Amino acid sequence: MGSGTSTQHHFAFQNAEKAFKAAALIQRWYRRYMARLEMRRQCTWSIFQSIEYAGQQDQVKLHDFFSYLVDHFTPSSHNERDFLNRMFTEDSIPQDSEMENCSDYESIEVPDDYTGPRLSFPLLPDHATALVEAFRLKQQLHARYVLNLLHETRKHLVQLPNINRVSTCYSEEITVCGDLHGQLDDLIFIFYKNGLPSPERAYVFNGDFVDRGQESVEILMVLFAFMLVYPKGFHLNRGNHEDYLVNLRYGFTKEVMHKYKVHGKKILKMLQDVFCWLPLATLVDEKVLILHGGVSDVTDLELLSKLDRHKVVDILWSDPMAQEGCKANTVRGGGCYFGPNVTKQLLQKYNLQFLIRSHECKPEGYEFCHGRKVLTIFSASNYYEVGSNRGAYVKLGPALSPHIVQYQANKATHRLTMRQRISRVEESALRALRNKLFAHSSDLLDEFKKHDKDKTGLIPLGEWAAAVELVLRLGLPWRVLRPQLVNSSVGNMLEYKSWLEDLAKEQPSFKNIQSSLLETLYRNRSNLETIFRIIDSDHSGFISLDEFRQTWKLFSSHMKIDITDGCICDLARSIDFNKDGRIDINEFLEAFRLVEQSCSEGSDSDCPQAPNTNDSGAGQPAAH
Amino acid sequence: MADDKEKEGKELEVAELHRKIKEAFEVFDHEANNTVDVREIGTIVRSLGCCPSEGELHELIAEVEEEEPTGYIRYEKFLPVMTNVLLEKRYRPISEDTLLQAFEVLDPAKRGYLSKEELVKYMTEEGEPFSQEEMEEMLSAAVHPESNSIYYKDYLAMMVVDEN
Repeated sequence: MGSGTSTQHHFAFQNAEKAFKAAALIQRWYRRYMARLEMRRQCTWSIFQSIEYAGQQDQVKLHDFFSYLVDHFTPSSHNERDFLNRMFTEDSIPQDSEMENCSDYESIEVPDDYTGPRLSFPLLPDHATALVEAFRLKQQLHARYVLNLLHETRKHLVQLPNINRVSTCYSEEITVCGDLHGQLDDLIFIFYKNGLPSPERAYVFNGDFVDRGQESVEILMVLFAFMLVYPKGFHLNRGNHEDYLVNLRYGFTKEVMHKYKVHGKKILKMLQDVFCWLPLATLVDEKVLILHGGVSDVTDLELLSKLDRHKVVDILWSDPMAQEGCKANTVRGGGCYFGPNVTKQLLQKYNLQFLIRSHECKPEGYEFCHGRKVLTIFSASNYYEVGSNRGAYVKLGPALSPHIVQYQANKATHRLTMRQRISRVEESALRALRNKLFAHSSDLLDEFKKHDKDKTGLIPLGEWAAAVELVLRLGLPWRVLRPQLVNSSVGNMLEYKSWLEDLAKEQPSFKNIQSSLLETLYRNRSNLETIFRIIDSDHSGFISLDEFRQTWKLFSSHMKIDITDGCICDLARSIDFNKDGRIDINEFLEAFRLVEQSCSEGSDSDCPQAPNTNDSGAGQPAAH
Repeated sequence: MADDKEKEGKELEVAELHRKIKEAFEVFDHEANNTVDVREIGTIVRSLGCCPSEGELHELIAEVEEEEPTGYIRYEKFLPVMTNVLLEKRYRPISEDTLLQAFEVLDPAKRGYLSKEELVKYMTEEGEPFSQEEMEEMLSAAVHPESNSIYYKDYLAMMVVDEN
């Protein structure tokens, strides 16, 4: 009697149990998938950061190199002396007479057919707003207005103190924005979402307005315009990228020269001065300190107020760390790492509530640390790659409590799933990493051979990882990354020679240059570009073969780069495409795709056609 | 002699496992003090090739936690436990075939798909239920926009390709 129903129940129970188990299996698998995705995301981030910081270390070494030259190099001929003098006059602070010459904008005529925005001084709020709109429509401001604006900006900045003291009595709200790095879309978005600057809506922009992005000029124009229009409610702090030597490396100089072919040099000279006059910090209600990098255990605000702000200091380069104490920031090559106790000490000493700083890209656009006493705010979304990170700004409300707003100024990312976004960013990071690996092919081969005493051509994967870390020194989790970088292993062994050959095949080649030379170029490409631009002191876009050879020789011996004289000559000769004793900087760099193709914006006719390039579409990330 | 070689081989294997574990751990050691947030342990364990259930994961965490849980796991405690997990090949991953069968159990009519509602019901009420976040994330990639269904064979194929 009961057996029919109990069999039914039995089956029902079995089915339910099966469904339960099936669901559990799927969930288990799915969670593992998501975990792997999360690991890949973290690794991608590490890759971008370590490459970025390695580039910054290079920059500092380059800076040291030139200082070393100035102090130690005894030119052995008139030519060398002249050459050095020419190079290093750029390093000095512009004299007033020079500045007069540069701000001589009145003689510059604006053609009748100019349809871009026009400025008249004193600036009115409408002018500033019109500027934003004009730039949104991709118009370019005429050089005359640029120089005029810079002239007025300088006048204003000169009478500002090193530390801007701001009170919320004047405005109802204060919004603080971090690094923008030439990404105009983010600035426009912030104004759209948060509102344009006004007497009731104060803004503080915390440095690094320029470099890397393509619209640094436009950002500066907008920021300076609003600063002139609302002097009490619009404040700018200097960042480490408001520095001419950094600009040579990270693209701002190039952008200016590309957009302003006739007056670019004047503009750059003015900018160099304007940057030096930017205030170093902003203090809100004597309670919240805002500066670009960070502090150190010897930060003294009174001293900071008094010193000559042309001398760049730690506060533009420092980063917070979790450990107590204060130590040199070797990763960046400048400034220091400061711990929670340093923050606490400073806040106590000056009776402050908390510190706002920028300087570091964060996945969410912001990050609290040191017990919520330090807030990092970073406003350039998609900084490393489309989809890499959000941007954010912070509003200080009543009692100065922070309210964060995040965004990502690229509609394309919203349509992608998390998986797709991560894959895309990851691919970009891996490309940059493979490029770096290629750049060290010879050293890698040497190191691999050491692990292959029997000359089998094979090494265990564990030793591949150890070798790669020894050579590249990026501190990356190579064993975790291995499946993405090595697809040709058999069992636990890798045929390293063919792996290196595969890497080489991926890089664009150039017929006249042998691969070891190519390697040298890739390994030093950021330094190369920077050196080119330093040598090209009149920003003509050309340098002489001799100048290049001399400087490169000095540089390699200073950096202890093992490179023969013959190699240097070969290098110089092969990059002189026209065989006329001159190197065209842009042509050279584009031929090797060592820089992003920025010619897609602006007039293509001015861009030289690079030989032997195949346009793969997605440019290489500016991985310095 | 053979014994020594075997021993040496084993030592090398363990040494390499240690390096693997250390690397994965350090990715999440944000303060560079040899600890990670306990909530990241699952990610670390899974990225090392294991596929534990939530229950198994909690057991593992209990093994590596401090006597008085601090919310952080120390590397010194994690390493030996994780080494054994890897040596014993615990928490093996699930094959594609087994996964497909699991989906087919949930689709007894053999239509080849699950409706969005069905998937949500199973994933949030059966097994080791998903959180809302997990459910939304799965749906965003799995649901076919027009039909509002999950064609599980295609879905699996896509996910598996992505893994490799």
